[in-house]
Amino acid sequence: MTTVQGSAVRRRRAAARPAKRLSRTVIQLFLLVVGLIWLTPAAGLFLSSLRTEEANASSGWWTALSAPSRLSLDNYAALLKDSGIVQAFWNTVLISVPTTLAVVVIAALAGYAFAWMDFPGRDWVFLVVVAMLVVPVQIGLLPVAKLFGALGLFGSIPGVILFHTAYGLPFAIFLLRNYFAEIPKEMLEAARMDGGGEWRIFSQLILPLGRPAIASLAIFQFLWVWNDMLVALLFADNESQPLTVALQSQMRQFGSNIGVLAPGAFLSLIVPLIVFFAFQRHFVQGIMAGSVK
Amino acid sequence: MSATTSAVPPATTRGGPPRPPGDTPGRPGAPARRAVRRRRRIAAVFLFPALLLLGALVAYPIVFSVIRSMYDASGDTFVGVGNYTTMFQDPATLRAIRNSAVWVVFAPALLTGLGLVLAVLTEKIRWKTAFKLLMFMPMAISFLAAGIIFRLAYEQDPQRGVLNAVTVGIHDSVQGESVSFPTAKARLGDKRLTKRPDGGYRTARSAAPGHTVNLGLVGVAPKDMPHAARPAAAAAASPAGHGELRGVVYLDFTPGGGGKPGVVDRGERGLPKLAVEAVDSHGKVAATATTGADGSYRLTGLAPGPYAVQLPAKDFAPPYEGIAWLGPTLITPAIIGAYMWIWTGFALVLIGAGLSSMPRDVLEAARMDGANEWQVFHRITVPLLGPVLGVVFVTMVINVMKVFDLVYIIAPGPVQQDANVLALQMWLVSFGGGNNQGLGSALGVLLLLLVVPAMALNIRRFRRSQK
Repeated sequence: MTTVQGSAVRRRRAAARPAKRLSRTVIQLFLLVVGLIWLTPAAGLFLSSLRTEEANASSGWWTALSAPSRLSLDNYAALLKDSGIVQAFWNTVLISVPTTLAVVVIAALAGYAFAWMDFPGRDWVFLVVVAMLVVPVQIGLLPVAKLFGALGLFGSIPGVILFHTAYGLPFAIFLLRNYFAEIPKEMLEAARMDGGGEWRIFSQLILPLGRPAIASLAIFQFLWVWNDMLVALLFADNESQPLTVALQSQMRQFGSNIGVLAPGAFLSLIVPLIVFFAFQRHFVQGIMAGSVK
Repeated sequence: MSATTSAVPPATTRGGPPRPPGDTPGRPGAPARRAVRRRRRIAAVFLFPALLLLGALVAYPIVFSVIRSMYDASGDTFVGVGNYTTMFQDPATLRAIRNSAVWVVFAPALLTGLGLVLAVLTEKIRWKTAFKLLMFMPMAISFLAAGIIFRLAYEQDPQRGVLNAVTVGIHDSVQGESVSFPTAKARLGDKRLTKRPDGGYRTARSAAPGHTVNLGLVGVAPKDMPHAARPAAAAAASPAGHGELRGVVYLDFTPGGGGKPGVVDRGERGLPKLAVEAVDSHGKVAATATTGADGSYRLTGLAPGPYAVQLPAKDFAPPYEGIAWLGPTLITPAIIGAYMWIWTGFALVLIGAGLSSMPRDVLEAARMDGANEWQVFHRITVPLLGPVLGVVFVTMVINVMKVFDLVYIIAPGPVQQDANVLALQMWLVSFGGGNNQGLGSALGVLLLLLVVPAMALNIRRFRRSQK
């Protein structure tokens, strides 16, 4: 843009400045209110998790703002002494970490094959995978429950992992195949010329180059499984249930169980929040790409 | 590695198998055939785990469900499309379908609209990154945690649920803070007070101005007594002036015992902020007053004549309790609200990305030509954002059709049926006590059929991107 035009713009802007500043203030105030509205329900649960059962029963959490000294970590201490909840927390870890690894490894292998290997029917098989992107997990619940029952996997952590892995794969393969396909052909040809076998090309070229996509996928997949309730509600039993399932069983007496539910909810969401803040960029990309599921 | 395999071109070239130098075209030699076989074997190894899992746990269940949906609950009798017709006759399932329709009609449109407005406004502030971060945060947490958060926020009791605390606060500031004692009543056998049909109380005997009339009530639990309430004895004894009736409204109950019924004993407290009325012989209200902290009232400006003192019905009306968010009528909108809390950040960030990739100079040129912000918004911004808005909308439609956790968590047991949606009904019918796996499978197939358009869209989009 030339300086003449630039200064014309500036002059015009200067003329509209007071009105603009006013509207900007209004916008700022409006967004501030929206932000507060978004924060309030979560802050409410957090403060409730720091209040005693009696305090929660007799007054609103907002009264704690005027007497913050009454807040304590007692509920959390009690929660961590509850062996069922602690077990459920570790179950959540034992389900989500292996699932994430399995999905990444299996999808990377398949993604590489779909992107760079030639075999009959490749394009058709991949279209089937694309079609599976939006298949709702609900359709798998009953048949897989029967299948797992026959295999002795029903109610066990490996069963939950297998189910999650299968339903995570279409999106994972789709994402990685498309990302791998963007890798310049010359790089692969050069590697193959150099006598690299497929395994070596996969592990030493494709995986390192695909790291950004793999990171986004891993984060998305981890959160999806960590936050799942539906699948575990069916496939896990009392011994293998994750935190979400353990907590939902307390919802029936919501009023009298806030002392467990509020800190429990925070125990379950602290890990996703850490992931969120640690990997913001990958996180947003992963959610964005994965939202089509 | 042999020369034949090292010459393999990338698989995306469609020119058929590679030919080693010197080989006649059309008649591949034995080493080349071996190489093709070898490559296919490697491809099979790479694909095997994925195809095994997808085949056994995704493809097979679809076939199984379609077949199972044509059998009855026990699975022994073939019923054809029977389960699919039952679906639209069974009231519970029908309600679930209706509620899912409500979700699909409202949630995606509201979310896309709100996301668009916020994205445009966010462009104009400096702390937009922080704002987007805050709005996006709910995406990280589980529906369970979000459900617990909103179950608490929606609690009916304004002492616990923040939404009703705000609602009641606004209601009281508009209507005036009304204090009432719904449990208060005249002592059993008290002849001096008579209950009115509308729930209020009136003195049985009339009094002329210049008299003191004390009204004793019982039935207010100590925890329901306002902290501001003061002992009433002093005010009860003070004489009334000309043209006025005065006295106290008090709780005729001595803490610790020892009081006399019908007498304002030491330690008995007044009931503050109650409305008191003087009613003349024609039944008309001649004066009104409000009790003080010690329960005292003064009805002034009264012409000579007999008056009854009345406590109107509103003194005993139950207080305004706010809105029944979790009641049968509002439960679906309430859950959609919680859903929006989770997903608005998604719409905001996606639309915001679309906005920032928009050609700045087009907007600037329109502004230079004198277009106001509204014209720029709906003539330029929205049309240019069309594709992004479409993606957000379609994504939300697909997601909303499968909503389960949030409804399962937020709707309290008694209103679960009122909040029911397809995915939840599928669960309830198959596993949650219904135990009708025929109908459950049919509902699963219905869910799958509903996302088929999205499936076709994905495939078409993918094929186009490959050309």
